Amino acid sequence: MTRKAKRLYLIGAMLVVVGGAAGLVLTALSSSVAYFQSPTDLVTNAPAPTQRIRLGGLVEEGTVKRDGSSHVTFSVTDTVDSVPVTYTGILPDLFREGQGVIAEGTLGPDRVFLADTVLAKHDETYMPKEVVDDLKARGLWEDGKGLVNKPEETVSASPVSGAGS
Amino acid sequence: MIVEIGHFALVLSLSVALVQSVLPMFGAMRGDQRLMETGTIAATGCFVLIAIAFSALMTSYVTSDFSVLNVFENSNSKQPLLYKFTSTWGNHEGSMLLWVLILAFFGALVALFGRDLPATLKANVLSVQAWILTAFLLFILLTSNPFQRLDPAPMEGQDLNPILQDIGLAIHPPMLYLGYVGFSIAFSFAIAALIDGRIDAAWARWVRPWTLIAWIFLTLGISMGSYWAYYELGWGGWWFWDPVENASFMPWLAGTALLHSALVMEKRSALKIWTILLAILTFSLSLLGTFLVRSGVLTSVHAFATDPTRGVFILAILCFFIGGALVLFAIRASALEGGGLFAPISREGALVFNNLFLTTAAATVLVGTLYPLLLEVLTGEKISVGAPFFDLTFGPIMVPLLFAVPFGPLLGWKRGDLLGAAQRLYFAACCALAALIGILAYTGGTRILTAFGFGLAFWLLAGSLTDLFSRAAFLKKGWRTGLARLLGLPRSAFGTTLAHFGLGVTLLGIVSVSSFQEEVITTMAPGNSAEIAGYTLTFDRIAQRPGPNFEAQAAHFSVRRGGVVMTEMDSAKRFFPVRQMTTTESGIWTHGFSQLYVSLGDPSADKQSIVVRIWWKPLVTLIWIGTVFMAVGGVFSLADRRLRVGAPMRGHRKAALAEA
Repeated sequence: MTRKAKRLYLIGAMLVVVGGAAGLVLTALSSSVAYFQSPTDLVTNAPAPTQRIRLGGLVEEGTVKRDGSSHVTFSVTDTVDSVPVTYTGILPDLFREGQGVIAEGTLGPDRVFLADTVLAKHDETYMPKEVVDDLKARGLWEDGKGLVNKPEETVSASPVSGAGS
Repeated sequence: MIVEIGHFALVLSLSVALVQSVLPMFGAMRGDQRLMETGTIAATGCFVLIAIAFSALMTSYVTSDFSVLNVFENSNSKQPLLYKFTSTWGNHEGSMLLWVLILAFFGALVALFGRDLPATLKANVLSVQAWILTAFLLFILLTSNPFQRLDPAPMEGQDLNPILQDIGLAIHPPMLYLGYVGFSIAFSFAIAALIDGRIDAAWARWVRPWTLIAWIFLTLGISMGSYWAYYELGWGGWWFWDPVENASFMPWLAGTALLHSALVMEKRSALKIWTILLAILTFSLSLLGTFLVRSGVLTSVHAFATDPTRGVFILAILCFFIGGALVLFAIRASALEGGGLFAPISREGALVFNNLFLTTAAATVLVGTLYPLLLEVLTGEKISVGAPFFDLTFGPIMVPLLFAVPFGPLLGWKRGDLLGAAQRLYFAACCALAALIGILAYTGGTRILTAFGFGLAFWLLAGSLTDLFSRAAFLKKGWRTGLARLLGLPRSAFGTTLAHFGLGVTLLGIVSVSSFQEEVITTMAPGNSAEIAGYTLTFDRIAQRPGPNFEAQAAHFSVRRGGVVMTEMDSAKRFFPVRQMTTTESGIWTHGFSQLYVSLGDPSADKQSIVVRIWWKPLVTLIWIGTVFMAVGGVFSLADRRLRVGAPMRGHRKAALAEA
């Protein structure tokens, strides 16, 4: 085999592998990524039932209900609209009413969001970034202040000061 | 006072690093021996100065000196001593200080142990190393000063993030950084070679041990992080394809490719240009990881603080080093000579195959990690790329690579005999087939993918042992001679075998957990029982237990099989009053290689019962045990290198000792 033929082999193999990978990446990007949506987005424009959604907002006060087993329902709100969510499993340690949350799953035909994953913030100084950005974009959030005309009991995102705030 | 000494030492180390950036390289250009030698002193000096700064910060943490802002924000006087130590790097500023400490440490190692390097190469390497050090010292001093004072000093600190108060975190970041930052040496060598315009097989021999050391630490660091997330987060998952995990995984993939291509360069002086490029890319991915984690573009447990100036600063460092290195590569690479010829079917060919797949895999991880960020910047649309994406892309790319692993070591250099290699692998093929058929029979033919997964794992396990087994020639020469021959094999052969075997072990764990894991989520009151995987788990009682800086609610379980008590275990929730945070302490019972994993959820409205999530995770520990095999393989390979290559000087010394 000549040097040239070898080089062609190598380039051919590279094209096959890289091309295959690119194909995989493109299919995966079109089918298996989750889009971030706010409750308002979901209410005004319902996505296909197969589309994975990351629903982000605040856990609405007084909506968290446990039916005695590991089944939980709660509503996610952006203070304009709210979407009911059902979830089976253990909620994260920092899941609380009035706090930021991201639920990942699909929107059922009955307009109830079926979450398979629920993420809450990692500590008290952190709101899910997507949620803050979304609220900010619509004038419902200000840096350093938290929610604007929020219900008084919601917790702002300002850092905790000292012990036992 | 100690704090000011630390700050001063840090500033001083910057000026020493500046000197080290210029003088040795200038000396190398002029051929001035004395200027070149300044590199050794400067590199050692930098390390000592940064070590002083780091100790100063650590002292303030241990003595709970809350007049230091950083200590106030991330520590508390009631923390156990161990976590006062680890708080030092459990925050942005401290972890960056650890980063430069390790960078300087590697610089000092090259300075002290690189006596046998050609003087110009060593001088250039130390200068390039100092450029990186200078950039990051500037970053710390200008944007992330850990020695910032607070006046008046508060009485009590705000505590370390509770989920970081864990022994896993004591070890994970230093390990990971030793890996990440260790690749800077390979980078500096690559840049030095490009500046010098000369590169040969000896270059690869010098670079490989450094790459190996970094790779070993990175392997263990990633593995530790994975196990920490597994037991501390209470989700029972061992890998989430979180961008931060990917940030450490990409340099690992590229570093693994680099190890293999440097082998070709060292043995056959081929793939020179590619190896140089790979060395640059590996450290670039480390820098990218640092950027992703430290800049605040990602929100995760690792992103301690979000300050836009920091992000821009690291991005500038990133662009300078990656861009500069690639430009230099583009200008100088063509001047490097091409290497030896080889047939497609050969050891070299196999290693090229390895590199092709590993770098492609790293590229898909890169796309999956950066695409959401780019999309958000360009269109404002927010998406999340998670496990489904990586299952579809990374998985299929890995399959051919894993299948090919056993062939590699069996092929000869230059021209290999694929048929002969296949014949030697018949035993491995039998093992794989048996596993495949066994799983098909066990699952009633329903789990075809699982069966293939197990088959592939056993193919790797048996296939990686084949090389040693056939080189020892147990079958031809009998056990006694075979054993003697086995012990006489070079350590690098053991290294390869162990690392590849570890890959099989990890794969076996992954396949087993993802196919046969069982999960029960239920509400339990004291006295209730749950069944899982043939075990009966009884919830005995729940008790309050005070900790040093937390209150724990511990649920006590007993595990029975056929009425016999197998073990008792506690699963707890810890409440940290200072941060108003709750963490999960999962109860884990390791039985053989498998684990029973219990984590607690919320109590029911009437407080009588509690949600409990129970997993049976068959062979889960193999995932991490496999990585230990890989690391031990790396150590063997390193040992071989030192004996054989560690410069003729040391060989002579050893011989002299033996005679004496």
